[in-house]
Amino acid sequence: MASKVDGEAVDNVLEVSDLGVRFGRSQIFKDLSFSVRRGTSLAIVGPNGSGKTMLFRALLGAVPVGGTFRWAPGVRIGYVPQKLDIARDVPITGFDFLRARASLARASQDLIAQSLASVGLSPEIAAEAIGKLSGGQFQRLLVAFALICAPNVLLMDEPTAGVDEPGRRYLTELVHRLQHEKGLTVLQISHDLAEVCRCATTVLCLGREHIRIGPPREVLTPDLLQKIYGAPVAFQVSEI
Amino acid sequence: MAVAAGLIGCFAVMRRMALAGDALSHVALPGIGLALALHVHPVFGAAAMLFFGALLVWEIEDRSHVATETIIGVIFSVALAIGSMITSGENLIEALFGSADVLSWPEVLFGLIGAGAVIVFVLIQKNALVVALVSRDIARTTGVDLRRLNLIYLQMFALTVALGLRYLGVLLMGSLIIIPAATAKHLSRNLNQMLTLAAVFAMAATAAGSSLALWLHRETGPLIVATSTIGFLITVLFTTSTHLRGFLRR
Repeated sequence: MASKVDGEAVDNVLEVSDLGVRFGRSQIFKDLSFSVRRGTSLAIVGPNGSGKTMLFRALLGAVPVGGTFRWAPGVRIGYVPQKLDIARDVPITGFDFLRARASLARASQDLIAQSLASVGLSPEIAAEAIGKLSGGQFQRLLVAFALICAPNVLLMDEPTAGVDEPGRRYLTELVHRLQHEKGLTVLQISHDLAEVCRCATTVLCLGREHIRIGPPREVLTPDLLQKIYGAPVAFQVSEI
Repeated sequence: MAVAAGLIGCFAVMRRMALAGDALSHVALPGIGLALALHVHPVFGAAAMLFFGALLVWEIEDRSHVATETIIGVIFSVALAIGSMITSGENLIEALFGSADVLSWPEVLFGLIGAGAVIVFVLIQKNALVVALVSRDIARTTGVDLRRLNLIYLQMFALTVALGLRYLGVLLMGSLIIIPAATAKHLSRNLNQMLTLAAVFAMAATAAGSSLALWLHRETGPLIVATSTIGFLITVLFTTSTHLRGFLRR
């Protein structure tokens, strides 16, 4: 979607205007307006219960909203949700899950092997029932699922939650590599402020009373973070 | 009919709607009573009532976000009460527990077409059902129309119940959908294994139970369910003893 900023045309993949979500009598958030440029990364941070996951669900059309949002034509979304509760005895394997995705998209089953390799999951792990995978293995499977059909937008809700440190670095670097190689637009919910400061193009701070959006170094200031989180928040950015 | 029951039952069990699914079969009873009163073939009355019941469940769930199990629990209670009032005597016993009488041509035709529709639905939609089972939000991103999928699934479930009412009756048809699938889930390592085993177990239980019913001159429903249950218990004992032997070897 083309629009103009300071007289220059920009290509936005998402435009949100006065978005609000209500859950029963509770207003989760309201009057949220922002846009996301193609090929950039938007990090969404905020305290628990501020509506980060609900924002993603709203953008996926899963909940009724006030206001409007528009995805650019031709958007293919890969979605990695927060930790899912899967029954341990359900005999659906990683391969069953990935095959289902490839079939729904009428894509080649060869993409399954590529997708598994890209997230560092072995075929042996993928042959296990998904309920028996560790949290980190299942998160990698969800990322593999999201990548199978070559999305151009990734919505990732704490994708490294429950993943060990090497796995966390691996997935973070994978997303960065894909973003640069394939021009992916990434919207990611994260609690890792250091990572956000280092990698995100733009940060959306979603708090109960305050909403701010802008470049990380402008938005992730101690004063604003105290207002958003209701308590002092400190983090250290390493340059590795 | 048994193959259809096995296949549709796999997703009922994985979607944790085993009890709800069993209760849904009871909705057929008032349809049977009305059909008998109007001199219409009872299978068609049952099918109509089941389709209406499934539609009602879907509509209420979609509008109110009340859990499917709760809605089905309320609807089945009302249906069982109304059905018991308008159906009586031997007709009621046969409606509740089934019989081994020879099928009429309309029943054979209904059975073949209905079972075919259910089997085709499961085989074509299993990918969408799998993804929706893992996460409804993920399913949305793959283009799956969740509302439509859920409605058609409930209607196929209702159709499967209608197919087996003749043999198992209103009270027990749900068991043929659930027990073979539960047995298969216990033994399977992947989805295709579960679908195959569930269909095989359902066919075996139907054949064995029907044969016993003819030999003993009893209703078919209880004997099919008993056969199916024995199969489930054997597999539980087998897998439990395998795990126990493995544990003791350590």
